[in-house]
Amino acid sequence: MTCLCFLCVSRDYDELSSIMAVCIAVIAKENYPLYIRSVPTQNELKFHYTVHTSLDVVEEKISSVGKALADQRELYLGLLYPTEDYKVYGYVTNSKVKFVIVVDSSNTSLRDNEIRSMFRKLHNSFTDVMCNPFYIPGDPIQSKAFDSMVSAMMVQAC
Amino acid sequence: MADEALFQFLHNEVIQYVYKSAENGEMENGRCITRLENMGFRVGQGLIERFTKDTARFKDELDIMKFICKDFWTSVFKKQIDNLRTNHQGIYVLQDNKFRLLNQLSAGKQYLEHAPKYLAFSCGLVRGGLSNLGVKSIVTAEVSVMPACKFQVMIQK
Repeated sequence: MTCLCFLCVSRDYDELSSIMAVCIAVIAKENYPLYIRSVPTQNELKFHYTVHTSLDVVEEKISSVGKALADQRELYLGLLYPTEDYKVYGYVTNSKVKFVIVVDSSNTSLRDNEIRSMFRKLHNSFTDVMCNPFYIPGDPIQSKAFDSMVSAMMVQAC
Repeated sequence: MADEALFQFLHNEVIQYVYKSAENGEMENGRCITRLENMGFRVGQGLIERFTKDTARFKDELDIMKFICKDFWTSVFKKQIDNLRTNHQGIYVLQDNKFRLLNQLSAGKQYLEHAPKYLAFSCGLVRGGLSNLGVKSIVTAEVSVMPACKFQVMIQK
């Protein structure tokens, strides 16, 4: 977890006021990125780090499922970890594809329920991508429909 | 119901198409089963993604097999598997006494030799579904009396 200290960078809060998620990533079951997108105003590499470090927490959460009781078997994993600036949420499909959403800590309007519905939308859209016969499973996602759905999540319609 | 027939018609046509193109020399004859199986594999991958969207995470391998026998089979073949047996060492036998894709064929011995081509797609379907859930397997099918058939799933460790 020590690498998180890279991530604490000061930012301009004003321009972010209408943004819901700052980074959305889809990670394949072999833990390589299928899709990653972050708000263009900021350092993209930083988010790659954040998502990358979150995968350990995801792994920990899934493997603890065996020990914990049935209530831990939900696909939504909840808050993975908070940092000074961001909150990182995770979700794992039954096919072990991981979704990671990074939101701004200052954005207090986002509740657990909203995050949950964002993941649900993401999952629905990912399923559509998987069922597209022209998509080869395991390839980076290039679908325009998926892209525009992610864009809608990153910028809230005011 | 009309929508139930559509899958069967399409499935029959896919088999016809694959075997016709083999006759015309576009493809080796022995590859037909493999080709049907591969089509099933890709479809299975997509289907399982859709079917498991609202289910809780699976506990273990047996939990996954039960899902295949119940939910997956009901969605694709409109009935559950009649019997699931396992040796608890990675071999599962799924028995369907009235398999939907064989149901339209004569129940006698007449078409028994054609049965494998009507099962290849389904074998791929199961293998694709399992592989997307992280279970590598080999799926084979056998028929002794017509509408009944057995699928054997061998899990690869």
